[in-house]
Amino acid sequence: MSFPWAQEYTPRGTVTKWVDERLPLPRLVYNAVGAGYPVPRNLNYFWNFGVLAGVALVIQIVTGIVLAMHYYASVDGAFNSVEHIMRDVNSGWFIRYAHMNGASFFFIVVYIHIFRGLFYGSYKAPREMIWLLGVVIFLLMMATGFMGYVLPWGQMSFWGAQVITGFFSAIPLVGEPLRQWLLGGFAPDQAALNRFFSLHYLLPFVIAGVIILHVWALHIPGSSNPTGVSVKGEQDTVPFHPYYTAKDGFGLGIFLIFFVTVTFFAPNMLGHPDNYIPANPLSTPAHIVPEWYYLPFYAILKAFTVDFGIPFTGITIIPAKLMGVLAMFGSILLLFFLPWLDTSPVRSGHYRPLFRKFFWYGLIPSIVVLTYCGAQQPLTQWVILSQIAGAYYFAHFLIILPIISRVERPLPLPNSITEAVTGKPLETAAA
Amino acid sequence: MVRLIAFLVGLFFSGMLLLGLGDTIVSAIKEPAQPTAEHEFHKLALPEKFTFDGPFGKYDKGQLQRGLKVYSEVCSACHSLKLVAFRDFAALGYSEDEVKAIAKGWKTEVPSINPETGEPATRPAIPADKIPSPFANETAARAANNNALPPDLSLITKAREGGPAYVYSLLLGYREQVGYKNEEGKELLKEFPDAKTPEGLNFNPWFATLNLAMAEPIAADDQVTYDDGTKATKAQMAKDVSAFLAWSGEPKMENRKSAGWAALGFLLIFTVLTWMSYKSIWAGKKH
Repeated sequence: MSFPWAQEYTPRGTVTKWVDERLPLPRLVYNAVGAGYPVPRNLNYFWNFGVLAGVALVIQIVTGIVLAMHYYASVDGAFNSVEHIMRDVNSGWFIRYAHMNGASFFFIVVYIHIFRGLFYGSYKAPREMIWLLGVVIFLLMMATGFMGYVLPWGQMSFWGAQVITGFFSAIPLVGEPLRQWLLGGFAPDQAALNRFFSLHYLLPFVIAGVIILHVWALHIPGSSNPTGVSVKGEQDTVPFHPYYTAKDGFGLGIFLIFFVTVTFFAPNMLGHPDNYIPANPLSTPAHIVPEWYYLPFYAILKAFTVDFGIPFTGITIIPAKLMGVLAMFGSILLLFFLPWLDTSPVRSGHYRPLFRKFFWYGLIPSIVVLTYCGAQQPLTQWVILSQIAGAYYFAHFLIILPIISRVERPLPLPNSITEAVTGKPLETAAA
Repeated sequence: MVRLIAFLVGLFFSGMLLLGLGDTIVSAIKEPAQPTAEHEFHKLALPEKFTFDGPFGKYDKGQLQRGLKVYSEVCSACHSLKLVAFRDFAALGYSEDEVKAIAKGWKTEVPSINPETGEPATRPAIPADKIPSPFANETAARAANNNALPPDLSLITKAREGGPAYVYSLLLGYREQVGYKNEEGKELLKEFPDAKTPEGLNFNPWFATLNLAMAEPIAADDQVTYDDGTKATKAQMAKDVSAFLAWSGEPKMENRKSAGWAALGFLLIFTVLTWMSYKSIWAGKKH
């Protein structure tokens, strides 16, 4: 792996030499995020978000472990134990608000990270495996976030769990038994809360494991870059340390300023007031909504309003509810096939005039509209908007992308990264 | 093959959504959604300002003490405050002895057992106790309130859209329903004759369903007598108790904001230093 000009780790002290011969862990780190990893010199700020996502995971794990020391997974005690953390545990309010908003910020940076990959074609050969592992991480995050939201056992926790596990009951024949098996009962109750807590504690470590694979797969071809042109020579790259450690450090500062501002000054901005009401299985909230980061998918779920069947016979093959569930999962799972749907050899959206139009004027607005509609009451205007946006979303990935990959005439690519940056060809350019 | 299957799947999902779109539009034209009384007449919280608003806002201890008085003399007849302990009242500016006296003098005693017989009994509260609830359980609370359950107020300002301003608006929001008009001049009972408040409920356009079981709790000026000589108007009492309930929901708010400023100050220095090192490391390197 890596490029022939990558700097080699040379331990100087006796202790570091001794360690390197027995367990070359410092060498591994040096080659992963140190001077031993050559990175394209032209990465823009969108390339900060991978590291930021890693930091967000660490924040979640650290605050989560402390919360678990004081949390009590019981239908009678969970809500009050969270309030005990907020009121009586030393700095508990900080740990809890940091964890609660940390989840949102984790999703914010991961969404930017995903959109960066989508625009710059980071999913294309030879980086398909990085993309596939990334989608796995995203799915694991969604599962973890959902189960975490259930733990305070407020009204939205309970009814969210009721709705989400209800998806499984849409599956024909086995749906209802499957749902009961998953919940350990007929409705979310003690058994469900206990297993959600157990899995909510487990999955972040699974995510950390898949992140190791994600980063390993990244280090085989090396990082992509905004031009999408592959690295051709030493001048195209800089060592990760100190160049990108410094840039990521600055990006981290900016990220933490946003995170701290929300956590300390508007900690409940991204939450829902109903989750400060203890769960009550006998009282359904007027309007059940998931956390903001699930809203586009929730809007897709609700957008399917007609059954699929044989016309004029009244025979239903796929009822609307099941189709909504399939489409909701499908809207994420289709990302797995993206490397084979977009066949254009040009990676970066900069050099793809047609792709770029559909990306900025089609995909991004459709996701924004879906996010907005997902939070609204099921009124006609929001259903109409989410049906249009949802139809575009599927068409974009499954129909439009394969077609524009064929018909588009890409703009001329620079010969090398160095040429794109300095204007001089690779051989003669000064560093 | 992948692209062919993808094309068909895409056609199916997009097509079904477009079919649904047609269906939605047709049914919207055939049977346009009827406006509901709640939708037309429910009012959002008044834009009432509090001392603790904003990133520098702090609680006014005098106001919290007055709010506690309103809670203890009015609200606590029906509403519990289970998450707050008497010891927490130290944050309102009371001394240790005053807290002890408040606990001891609380009109509901703490459920206990008789140490001799083991029979259920009650004892006076101590600072370590949570505020005792007015009713022994939900059944008792419903029995005493026409089958309505008065919600616990510990988190009420965080559990409602609009927060303390909502509580304030609701407390002052009771209106005569007959002849009630909204800002657009529409008269509720003329537009929606079915929306007449049922027997046993009270009309209040700030409540989500427009009718609530609670009768106007703060009905007249001077319902409580403030110790600090503040004139107890209805608006004053509503505002003081809303502030008190904001505190009961978020007692660590002042710590949170001051810690936030410290964290931001630290991060500002951190970010400037990392920016400078970024600039100096990349100096002369075009990128």
